[in-house]
Amino acid sequence: MSENPQTDNAPAPSRRSLIGWGGAGLALGAVAAGGAVAMTRGGDDVDTVAAEAGAAIAFHGPHQAGISTPVQDRLHFAAFDVTTEDRAEFVQMLKDWTAAARRMTGGQAVGDGAFGGLAEAPPDDTGEAVGLKPSRLTLTIGFGPSLFQKFGLADQQPDALVELPQFAGDALDKNRSDGDLCVQACADDPQVAVHAIRNLARIGFGKVVIKWSQLGFGKTSSTTPEEQTPRNLMGFKDGTRNIAGTETDRLKKFVWVDEKAGPDWMVGGSYLVARRIRMHIETWDRTPLQEQEDIFGRDKGEGAPVGKAKERDEPFLKAMKPDAHVRLAHPTANHGSTILRRGYSFTDGTDGLGRLEAGLFFLAYMHDVREGFIRIQRNLATDALNEYIQHVGSAVFAVPPGVRDKDDWWGRTLFSKEA
Amino acid sequence: MRAVRLSAVTATATVAALTALTGCTEKGADASSDRVINVTATDSKCEVSAKEFPAGHVELAIENKGSKVTEVYLLFPDDRIVTERENIGAGTKQRVTAEVKAGDYTIACKPGMKGDGIRQDVKATGGTAAKRDPRLDKAVASYRTYVQEQADATLPLAETFAKAVKDGDLEAAQKAYAPSRIGWERTEPVAESFGDIDPKVDVREDGLEEGQDPAKDWTGWHRLEKSLWKDKKLTARDSELADQLITDLKDWQKRVGKADITPTSMANGAKELLDEVATGKVTGEEERYSHTDLVDFKANVEGAEKSYELLKPVAKENDPALVTELDKQFAAIDTLLDKYRADKTSYDFTSYDKVGEADRKELSDAVNALAEPLSKLAAAVVVK
Repeated sequence: MSENPQTDNAPAPSRRSLIGWGGAGLALGAVAAGGAVAMTRGGDDVDTVAAEAGAAIAFHGPHQAGISTPVQDRLHFAAFDVTTEDRAEFVQMLKDWTAAARRMTGGQAVGDGAFGGLAEAPPDDTGEAVGLKPSRLTLTIGFGPSLFQKFGLADQQPDALVELPQFAGDALDKNRSDGDLCVQACADDPQVAVHAIRNLARIGFGKVVIKWSQLGFGKTSSTTPEEQTPRNLMGFKDGTRNIAGTETDRLKKFVWVDEKAGPDWMVGGSYLVARRIRMHIETWDRTPLQEQEDIFGRDKGEGAPVGKAKERDEPFLKAMKPDAHVRLAHPTANHGSTILRRGYSFTDGTDGLGRLEAGLFFLAYMHDVREGFIRIQRNLATDALNEYIQHVGSAVFAVPPGVRDKDDWWGRTLFSKEA
Repeated sequence: MRAVRLSAVTATATVAALTALTGCTEKGADASSDRVINVTATDSKCEVSAKEFPAGHVELAIENKGSKVTEVYLLFPDDRIVTERENIGAGTKQRVTAEVKAGDYTIACKPGMKGDGIRQDVKATGGTAAKRDPRLDKAVASYRTYVQEQADATLPLAETFAKAVKDGDLEAAQKAYAPSRIGWERTEPVAESFGDIDPKVDVREDGLEEGQDPAKDWTGWHRLEKSLWKDKKLTARDSELADQLITDLKDWQKRVGKADITPTSMANGAKELLDEVATGKVTGEEERYSHTDLVDFKANVEGAEKSYELLKPVAKENDPALVTELDKQFAAIDTLLDKYRADKTSYDFTSYDKVGEADRKELSDAVNALAEPLSKLAAAVVVK
């Protein structure tokens, strides 16, 4: 076992004490967290170190935080549908969301806080995150293809944002699929992530409604190769060759939308594919070790590719079975296609048959859905792993560039264009 | 976003002022004579010894010189009760005391213990008056009238229902069930403020307290609902339950006009009606046998809308954006509900077991869209 990084237990200022301090409060947080770099550069390409669990991730930057940011431990992902037909009202909501997101990611309560206000009115903030650390909360917004059917946005839909085709074996539940909007909330404390979604949903009432949401735990891919590669619920290391937050060149090539690709409003943004992948846990657990390792193409202990000694040794694909997962998913089997994975395990209790309702909530960022997920997923049609998994939810979103500064807001590049 | 925010200090002061005004009855008489008001009640008159008195401790020395049993009230301008004394027999004396802030009040004698009573306007002077907005006083008084009207209109409908039950006429009883509940559902938070009536008339089986026996202690509409739709037969017990329902509803009718109503309780009551919809009706739990949930749903929304309309002039001044949003969301939910009835003047709504999951979510979304801004109404009608 390699040692786990120690959680920094040095006290950070509570959310409450940060209320009203704004930027100064964040600086204070950095000092109190033990003199380490408590605030990472969330939205930058050069997102080097994994920060301590309690710190705040910068909300502003050229890219939204929550993509190349070192993967946090917990997820609450929510898809929304827009109910208002009033464009101005929707834009105002995006601005209100941005203001709330800016505060929450900084460890501050929403609006006028969770208590101490008018006795006759419900507090602006719901309060359950008071006293908790910022917990590296990131909030990342995305726009689904269906949003472009509204508000006269049809001309703005990027070519790279296509509806996903029906893949072999898909058993998609429409109540766990699609959405006009999404917010990905990642944090090291699940209560901080849930608080964020809850408060955004509350601000959204009357304008948007939650279509579906998913809680996730146990990150299944890291963007920090120096850390131990996390394992998925099948017990295998997952995402060994994932794009790291430090790999500026690969991020640029495979993740961020550039000027050449466009459209202009998406430059600096990315595309997100979300898939709820149910695992047939019980049958998997009865599978012999050799078969499990053959299916993945890696050994279960070290995570080394077939015929190799170490996890990070370059895989020799031809040594693997033709239907091994790693062999089929590898970039060289997909014309170089590479995506940044950021998925989480989920267990929503058990189903009516007493089986674990569990699996992988797959999240991947890419610069073009067609060259990324679609190409790879098509190639996985013969994946031996398919016997043990089923894709039951699916969504795709255009993730706009980052919020630059305190005057900027989520979606400005899309909505201010022809305002 | 809240457009108007009063300072916390102002709000706290207002609450404290109201708290201090709570009436109380005491045995001991006050020595200071200008703090004692002699109230002489007869069958046709309500005479007071002073029309003005100093703010602070005040005592009403009541003598009933009439032939009927009477009641005497000290009321705020919105008819909210500062203090009261009931059952003052002919030829008897009673004392009642209160702590009052400076301001206008009314003393009302109610010979025979009914009606609005014979009224005298009085004034407490000196000190700082609790700030009042006459528009809000009017809103509260109008709402009080509305609540009484709803109870008055409910009784005959409930009696029709009870009669059908007692006649053993299953079909007629089923038909009369939902209409008998509309007035109650429109004003439920007021009835709930009494604490003891709601558990008798509107409790569901799972709402019984520990130790209560469903066979003996479960009374009210929902018990009869189960007989009518699940058991599909009416027994002698159901006849008893029907009589009990009328007795309890008469108690409600008698007391509802005296409920403690404030602009804040009106606004929060409107929100609570939507809470009722969100937790009981949208899920189909309220009317699990009759599936008449949408009738209750509509009545809850109507009751909330009534409070809102009465408070709107003040809310509009304090928070115009909120009023715009509430107008929009009330209209939206009314339009949505109309989809579930053919005739927009009738209360024949689609049976809730015929409302699919997607439609239920749409109804739930509409409730959230309305209830969230509605939760901000109270703050917009706090007296500044």
